[in-house]
Amino acid sequence: MTDLVEIDNLNIRFTGDRTVHAVNDLSLRLGEGEVLGLLGESGSGKSVTLRALMRLLPRKRTQIAGSVKVLGQDVLAMDDEALSAFRGQTVSMIFQEPALALDPVYTIGRQIAETVIRHEGKSEREAMARALEMLEVVRIPSAKRRLESYPHEMSGGMRQRAMIALALACKPKILLADEPTTALDATVQIQILLLLRELQREFGMSVIFVTHDIGVAIEICDRVAVMYAGQIVEQGTLRGIVRAPVHPYAKGLLASTIHGAKRGARLETIPGTPPSLDHAPASCSFAPRCSVAQPGCAEKLPPNVQIAPDHAARCVLAESASTAIT
Amino acid sequence: MSDTALQAAPTTKARGYWATVARRITRDKVSMVCALILILIFASALLAPWLHLADPYQGSMIRRLRHIGTPNYPLGTDELGRDMLARLIYGGRLSLIIGILPVIFAFVVGTSLGLIAGYVGGKLNTAIMRTVDVFYAFPSVLLAIAISGALGAGIVNSIVSLTIVFVPQITRVAESVTTGVRNMDFVEAARASGAGPFTIMRVHMLGNVLGPIFVYATGLISVSMILAAGLSFLGLGTKPPEPEWGLMLNTLRTAIYVNPWVAALPGAMIFAVSICFNLLSDGMRSAMDIRN
Repeated sequence: MTDLVEIDNLNIRFTGDRTVHAVNDLSLRLGEGEVLGLLGESGSGKSVTLRALMRLLPRKRTQIAGSVKVLGQDVLAMDDEALSAFRGQTVSMIFQEPALALDPVYTIGRQIAETVIRHEGKSEREAMARALEMLEVVRIPSAKRRLESYPHEMSGGMRQRAMIALALACKPKILLADEPTTALDATVQIQILLLLRELQREFGMSVIFVTHDIGVAIEICDRVAVMYAGQIVEQGTLRGIVRAPVHPYAKGLLASTIHGAKRGARLETIPGTPPSLDHAPASCSFAPRCSVAQPGCAEKLPPNVQIAPDHAARCVLAESASTAIT
Repeated sequence: MSDTALQAAPTTKARGYWATVARRITRDKVSMVCALILILIFASALLAPWLHLADPYQGSMIRRLRHIGTPNYPLGTDELGRDMLARLIYGGRLSLIIGILPVIFAFVVGTSLGLIAGYVGGKLNTAIMRTVDVFYAFPSVLLAIAISGALGAGIVNSIVSLTIVFVPQITRVAESVTTGVRNMDFVEAARASGAGPFTIMRVHMLGNVLGPIFVYATGLISVSMILAAGLSFLGLGTKPPEPEWGLMLNTLRTAIYVNPWVAALPGAMIFAVSICFNLLSDGMRSAMDIRN
């Protein structure tokens, strides 16, 4: 399997009144036709990682170090023209709040056609035909009529479908989904997830799916990377991580889901709050909240341990786990 | 297939944005009355030479300051015995031009400046907005008088000075609306789909920003007319014997005790046009707010 996305030692700093170390030494791979879940709480750097992949972060206030390669191309070295072609055609993105991510003054058809015209130089009529085709692909009922609808005339689920149609209009290789189901209610959520999964197979896309909901990740992902304080603390196959999480944070995250929790029993929570990201971590970021922290944890960075062929964790505990396996 | 039949059946085509706005505004009685009055005034000003009116320049010493309703002079005569009806209608030509042209010019310049300042941000924003603030610091009447005075009396000069007065106001509105729109998700979504800064400005910014600025500018037309009338009143705008409402108000003020109704007529015209533009812009504001 070839890797479409290769991120190595990515570091992102936001400078300004206060420096924020949003992403710290992050390495990530995305294979062809694979759905990778980026899991973590708010502020853990999931969305920042996605935006770095498309170079959407504000240029002046962001320092990016490391390497980001998509289809072998160095994204960080692209000029504006290359970026314009790259965005939307190679990689495209769907957003959390479809009501805000669609332009309120243009019809859905118009917005999809605009992108198609820009990237593929099609005529107005061909672009509109593509827009209609896309609306049918995402199963919007009476697509022809919806082509002429404004975003405010559609329901939340319909808008998210339209957003997906817009993102897929130019048949991208990679789709980045930034919590696309968070703003939807539970019944619509599952429909959208199923649709995404189906479209991913149909188009043969790779997807990076950002979410904080482990239930959603289980539904759609092949592989999962758990993020904490701008680092990936554990990554591996969905099976591997859900069945046998190694990192205490990943364990805590899995335990704190309401799926399968006993009625009446208190939900498991992780005590404490995430650390401030004012400084680059010099030791394990999770150590202050960790129930099994060892004296060494607060002193040096934990090693990134390969536990199984496709399962790695950044924790001292992983060392004993890996020796246990081998 | 029954499925396609179902899809083809509902042919109630969804309306475009402007069509919806138009439909909503035609339902608003106040706006419609105002629009009607404005259309009447515009049409009569435009068609003045074909309306068989008396010569607006031809005075007569013996029939000065006739009352409203005098035979042959339905709206009386002014201090030089010229027919008021003709002068009011011909006066509308100049007054409307000086009222509307500066707003159109300022709309174009101000929107561009505000859009660039708001979208680019940073130092350029500071440069544009602080320069604009310098002009904004003066009361608009004072600024108009100062610029007109410096440039000299005349119609072109008063249009220039009024444009300069309105550019800062429109720029500020355009900038604040643009900054609001710039941080919306759909702008990022547009960037994520590969749109360059010019496409974003042209398509997404302008589309979202134009409505509110347009409404604001319509409201400015009345201000422009009043300021233009003020300039003429002070002798900085139109020169006699040219009929213009502000100037007429000025020359007729000496007759206010002799024939107050006739003296007040040009003022009434200014008032009518201003209030109609104001109410119309209010109506448009609510008609454009489709999202609610």
